[in-house]
Amino acid sequence: MNGEVWLLVGVVGIATVAIKASGPLLVGGGGLPAGLARLTDLLAPALLAALVATQAFTSDERLVVDERAAGLGAAAVAVALRAPILVTVVVAAAVTAVLRALG
Amino acid sequence: MAVFGVSFGVLARAAGLGIFAPIVMSATTFAGSSQFAAVSILGAGGGVATAVVAAVLLNTRYAPIGLAAAGALRGGAMRRSLEAQLVVDESWALSKRAGGRFDRGMLMGAGLTLYVAWVVGTGVGAMAGEALGDPEALGLDAAFPALFLALLAAQVRSGATAAAALAGAALALSLTPVTPAGIPVLAATAACLIGVRR
Repeated sequence: MNGEVWLLVGVVGIATVAIKASGPLLVGGGGLPAGLARLTDLLAPALLAALVATQAFTSDERLVVDERAAGLGAAAVAVALRAPILVTVVVAAAVTAVLRALG
Repeated sequence: MAVFGVSFGVLARAAGLGIFAPIVMSATTFAGSSQFAAVSILGAGGGVATAVVAAVLLNTRYAPIGLAAAGALRGGAMRRSLEAQLVVDESWALSKRAGGRFDRGMLMGAGLTLYVAWVVGTGVGAMAGEALGDPEALGLDAAFPALFLALLAAQVRSGATAAAALAGAALALSLTPVTPAGIPVLAATAACLIGVRR
């Protein structure tokens, strides 16, 4: 696991530094083509939604509904009420933890 | 941002990354959502390749953001590349002015402040994570989807982004029982292709 962790940290770090630097270095060559800009706009929502779904409703490659679903529901309420991110996260963890303790 | 950093440190620790790796990651990558994504995928057994690809894909949005902010950066290639590292979602939003211009002082000042808060917060969280007990008993595994939901809510600004999000979630869930771990999340990125058509 340790080697994997450092591989992850190294590759993601280098790639992110390069991506962030690319815009200011390439400027003068014009902006991104409109189609490509639309794609990058939609990439983050698609990925984030997939992460929400898999991390709340799957376990060992199976679909499950457990205490995490209730936590996510509480988080959705917090988001709808425009709560700060930290409050949202703590509410989800607390609801999940309490249900597990009761179960 | 400091508390956000603390939560990254705690969750990275809970996912088995130890103390130093999360701190180094915050100091080099400095892009919260991709760091949370990478750590959560690795912690859930999704494999290092999937975690890397998901994190890098999430950060591709910094290419257009960097292009937009390029006019506010100074100096030669090296200095511009370094200054560009401070352009993150929050500093970009704070320094954005009318007409597509950027307040350079705000961009650099906010960026530096956020950077220090993020790295120090991560260190505090990673060390405090040791003192906390069993991550599952604390519900920390539910903290990840809640965090991604909050980040997602900030990104959904149009019908197209909402459609991409719904399609991404549906794709990931339907692929989960039939593909190896990690594949569903990456395959879900295909959902952004619905934007090409429109």
